[in-house]
Amino acid sequence: MLGLASVGRFALVFSAIVGKLSKFFVQSVLSCLVPPYFLGQLGRQLWRIGYNSLPVVGLTALFTGSALALQIYIGGSRFNAEGIVANIVAIGITRELGPVLAGLMVAGRVSAAIAAEIGTMRVTEQIDALVTLSTSPFKYLVAPRLLAATICLPLLVGIADTIGILGGYLVGTRSLGFNSAVYLKNTMDFIEMGDVTSGLIKAAVFGFIIALMGCYHGYHSAGGAQGVGRATTNAVVSASVLILASNYFLTSIFFGE
Amino acid sequence: MPKIALEDVTKSFGSKKVLRGITMKIPAGKSVVVIGGSGTGKSVLLKCILGLLKPDSGSIKIDGVEVTTLHPWQRESMMRKFGMLFQGGALFDSLPVWENVAFGLVQGKRTSRRKAQPIAYDALAKVGLSEDVGLLSPAELSGGMQKRVALARAIASQPEIIFFDEPTTGLDPITADVINDLIVESVHNLGATALSITHDMASARKIADIIAMIYDGKIVWQGPASDIDHSGNEYVDQFIHGRAQGPIKLEVKRS
Repeated sequence: MLGLASVGRFALVFSAIVGKLSKFFVQSVLSCLVPPYFLGQLGRQLWRIGYNSLPVVGLTALFTGSALALQIYIGGSRFNAEGIVANIVAIGITRELGPVLAGLMVAGRVSAAIAAEIGTMRVTEQIDALVTLSTSPFKYLVAPRLLAATICLPLLVGIADTIGILGGYLVGTRSLGFNSAVYLKNTMDFIEMGDVTSGLIKAAVFGFIIALMGCYHGYHSAGGAQGVGRATTNAVVSASVLILASNYFLTSIFFGE
Repeated sequence: MPKIALEDVTKSFGSKKVLRGITMKIPAGKSVVVIGGSGTGKSVLLKCILGLLKPDSGSIKIDGVEVTTLHPWQRESMMRKFGMLFQGGALFDSLPVWENVAFGLVQGKRTSRRKAQPIAYDALAKVGLSEDVGLLSPAELSGGMQKRVALARAIASQPEIIFFDEPTTGLDPITADVINDLIVESVHNLGATALSITHDMASARKIADIIAMIYDGKIVWQGPASDIDHSGNEYVDQFIHGRAQGPIKLEVKRS
């Protein structure tokens, strides 16, 4: 009986969270579609989420591309297939590692920042103040962040793809002895438009998830500084898990048989 | 017709009943102060009227319009009638002072920033703050100055109804009195209807036309501010004299 009761309790709590998140999702999407639009806020968020994330995304891509080239060279040499380094780096970065690693790095940086900012606004009654000033918190706070993250992530991933391939190229040509022109030709010949666009579509989904989780946890934070800290942690953890889970489903849709 | 009318409003959080059937009428142009101890439901009452919380049952009418069933977009336009001074100020720390004051005009009423700026500076002047304060960040201001800026923000859009949530809490007696004077002056000049909640009796005596006392989620007394000292109500007497003995019992855990 006790076991059944705890299963029931878990089911109730889980359903409540899913219901709350679904309602937040619908309200957020509607607030992106229905005017008024706060373009100044959108511009500010594009700068914060996009431009300010460039260094961390760039460095992650550079070192990932470099390490990937080394690993493929070492692994490929076991069956005399060292020549595939350029091809695998290109496909690995554009299809998987570029969007997923950029998504996870931005989740850590942006989702936490959004949850902390909105959470602090919640506990200091600034969100209530917005309502009393006839301004919808969803339109003023949530919509610009959702739109900015959804726009910025594909741009960041485009840059990450380029830098990641560059990392592989540098290791391949400087350490592993590949000819520069051959490496580039192999990359350009092998890579297809679908490899890049699938990664960019994934990135847009990840951007939406990152902002949604940051806004959701920040908006519902309670209990002072501790509550804001909890919201920040939950935002990063849930965004990261959802990015990895949705990546699997998107990969199945794009490349599944 | 009263400006604000509440009828049997109840609100619970889980098993805790915070409002147990509040009924009160706030006449237009009057300043009503709700007094009561901490945790008696004052802030919840204010938030229910503003629509920040949804009451479990009962009716809340503003200018005769039932507001508990309004759609969000209808509520947004209803909020244009309101100004609110929050206990902690609730100033937007990402914006300079003048943009805080102009926020309701620029974002809520879609006034251009060029037109809103002089109105914001005028509101700051009305609460005794100079122009150079307008460019500062809220974090650079003292508690008293933040309250003044919050008051300027509440009156900048010339609302019909102004709410004051613990306007003098955390301020020294002189600054508190300055804020009280500013509240009286602002409400009088605007001809607005005011609803304040406080446990500061000096503040209540100064700004109220009518005082209501809330205890255990109910209004236990209501009358003209001049009658507060001879209300004949034992709850009110205990509260205004700050006595530990009386019908109001504080739950104190003893080990």
